[in-house]
Amino acid sequence: MVFKIIRKEKWHDVVYSMRVKAPYIAQAAQPGQFVILMIDEKGERIPLTIADYDREEGWIQVVFQTVGKTTTRLAQMNEGDEFFSFVGPLGNPSKIGKYGTVVTVGGGTGIACIYPVTKALKEAGNRVIAIIGARTKGLIIMEDEMRKASTELLITTDDGSYVRKGFVTEVLDEVLQKEKDVKKIWAIGPAIMMKVVCDVAKPYNVETTVSLNAIMVDGTGMCGSCRVTVDGETKFTCVDGPEFNGHLVDWREFMNRLLKYDRLEKLSLEMYKEKQQKGEE
Amino acid sequence: MAKMIPMKERGKRVQRAMPEQAVKERIHNFNEVPLGYAKEDAIYEAQRCLQCDPPTCMEGCPAEVDIPQFIKKIVEEDFSGAYFKILKTNSLPAVCGRVCPQEDQCYKTCVWNKAGKPIAIGRLARFVADWAREQNIHEELPEIEEKDKRVAIVGSGPAGLTCAADLAKMGYDVTIFEALQKPGGVLVYGIPEFRLPKAIVEYEVGEIKRLGVKVVTNFVVGLTKSVDELAEEFDAIFLANGAGAPRFMGIPGENLNDVYSANEFLTRCNLMKAYRFPEFDTPIKAGKKVAVIGAGNVAMDSARTALRLGAEEVHIVYRRTRKEAPARREELVHAEEEGIIFDYLTLPVKILGDKKGNVTSIECIKMRLGEPDESGRRRPIPIEGTNFNMPVDMVIDAIGTVANPIVARSATGVQTDERGYFVTDEKTCATTGKGIFAGGDIVRGAATVISAIGDGKRAAKAINDYLSSGGSLRKQIIH
Repeated sequence: MVFKIIRKEKWHDVVYSMRVKAPYIAQAAQPGQFVILMIDEKGERIPLTIADYDREEGWIQVVFQTVGKTTTRLAQMNEGDEFFSFVGPLGNPSKIGKYGTVVTVGGGTGIACIYPVTKALKEAGNRVIAIIGARTKGLIIMEDEMRKASTELLITTDDGSYVRKGFVTEVLDEVLQKEKDVKKIWAIGPAIMMKVVCDVAKPYNVETTVSLNAIMVDGTGMCGSCRVTVDGETKFTCVDGPEFNGHLVDWREFMNRLLKYDRLEKLSLEMYKEKQQKGEE
Repeated sequence: MAKMIPMKERGKRVQRAMPEQAVKERIHNFNEVPLGYAKEDAIYEAQRCLQCDPPTCMEGCPAEVDIPQFIKKIVEEDFSGAYFKILKTNSLPAVCGRVCPQEDQCYKTCVWNKAGKPIAIGRLARFVADWAREQNIHEELPEIEEKDKRVAIVGSGPAGLTCAADLAKMGYDVTIFEALQKPGGVLVYGIPEFRLPKAIVEYEVGEIKRLGVKVVTNFVVGLTKSVDELAEEFDAIFLANGAGAPRFMGIPGENLNDVYSANEFLTRCNLMKAYRFPEFDTPIKAGKKVAVIGAGNVAMDSARTALRLGAEEVHIVYRRTRKEAPARREELVHAEEEGIIFDYLTLPVKILGDKKGNVTSIECIKMRLGEPDESGRRRPIPIEGTNFNMPVDMVIDAIGTVANPIVARSATGVQTDERGYFVTDEKTCATTGKGIFAGGDIVRGAATVISAIGDGKRAAKAINDYLSSGGSLRKQIIH
């Protein structure tokens, strides 16, 4: 099977969107699921949440921010390029139902991940208040799509360069103070953001679902790299998640595990950049 | 030209040893440890064969290899003839020659075994397969009538590959679905390079593709498509998706950063080539003091891999004794030779770490052996008050696997047992779903490559019976 990039967009210096032709995956994909891709034979397998899909046209959309070597190289790929491996849809779909008023929270590239969930929740008949935020104006992505997908869209930036200044969690707190009947919250973004969302929601006693971006290898339950403690029990993010009740997640352990390869990842990126400067790659 | 030697001469000879990479060197590289027979070694060893009629060795071979015949061809120096003899029933000869636990199979039933010197059938098979590969000798494909029936095989490990090859030789249109980026299953993700070079797996998979077998990688049956969906497109299905999910001990500290499952540790190294990081992008931690929990083949593979990644000290921590260790003797000895430290009668009870999640030590308790349990092995019992601390910076759990539910939950009407393994008929590998067969580790739990090959062969026969008597999954659905 061939997995070709059919559309690439640069949304910001470090944020990119890609549509990849993958008819089988598009056919089976549901909100909340993810894919794992490899750039070439020497590449690593990295998971990316499915931001959007079109069953008829047979594509999957992924949005990513350049962080390490793989995402840096990914950003250098172009339309027409093919992936060595592209597999999915992995993980369990979001539990979409008709709940009433719900809140979705997306931070940074997590906005792209919260988008399909928001859209599905609204289509299911919920009143969806969506909160999106990022460090600065340029990193607020998919604003139009999110506006359409939600009932009400609230935007914030850490530096106040767009709409208002503040974290998504502050906006969430205000929403929860005002809205007395929020049934559920979904939050996707950096681990620390998701943790604080849970901290904010806790006193209001609102169930909060988070989508964990654990380190994975196969993504099909074979290796256990992505294990996380939820309610005192070990779960595999890839097959038991990626969505979990955020109030029950052992955040300290989870955040520690995310840093497992920090040193090696930095080394890998530095060496790659050096090589590139020398014109070797 | 070599020839048969007199019976008396055969009795005088002892089993020809196979040269190996020296310990000092091999612990610093990932190259294969046993180096294989030279032509002279192979002929010498083959000449020892008594050519028994009936041959008892074959009773021990699930791959149904005509052992005396292929050995005879070696004596005659007709190595391609020998290769074709093996290939007739076993499509993975170079793999089997390396990783089949022959001591429990054909060596055990060889008449020379009573004298403690069974014919080294595995080494001979390896020699023949390696020779054919190096000489670029290929089996001539027989003219076969193509059958208008499609078979889907889930998983490209030894069971799936074998079943696919056998069915393709019968003329069926066979497609293998593999979740990972490369075919081979446990042969590529699990077994290390120093025991089974990946180029060899790739070669034998290539030979199976030559038979017309299609391999679709990056396709997770159960997620990309369900078994139910495959049943609409194929006439029969063989589920051989492997044992899959790693088991953990369930002790405190097991989710610390430097605790790996053997599956993860080996997959990073073997499939993703993390031992060549940063040339390959997948990272792996290289512990200085490593504890591997368990004493099976996977534990030996993990320990020896950790050593090659640069560990100063690698321990195998096992709650029973050397006698009960489930690893092949050959692997155990290799590990001992390489300086792996064996802590027998020792059970980890807790893994300790620092604030950043790094492992600092494991707390263990000493054990003694009590009365035999259901498995017939003496039950290990903790000795109170013997807790001690072992300073380590990495732990690898190699205590076995549990069934991965992804495939099973997408197959309506296919029953699993309480542990999640498929329930099958022993003779035919038939599941409770008509037209759906299953074999290998997803039926047996973690077993051996050769038993998976045996399942693949049995399933191929049963699938042929099912399809030739008019059976078809597609038909069932239309009606």
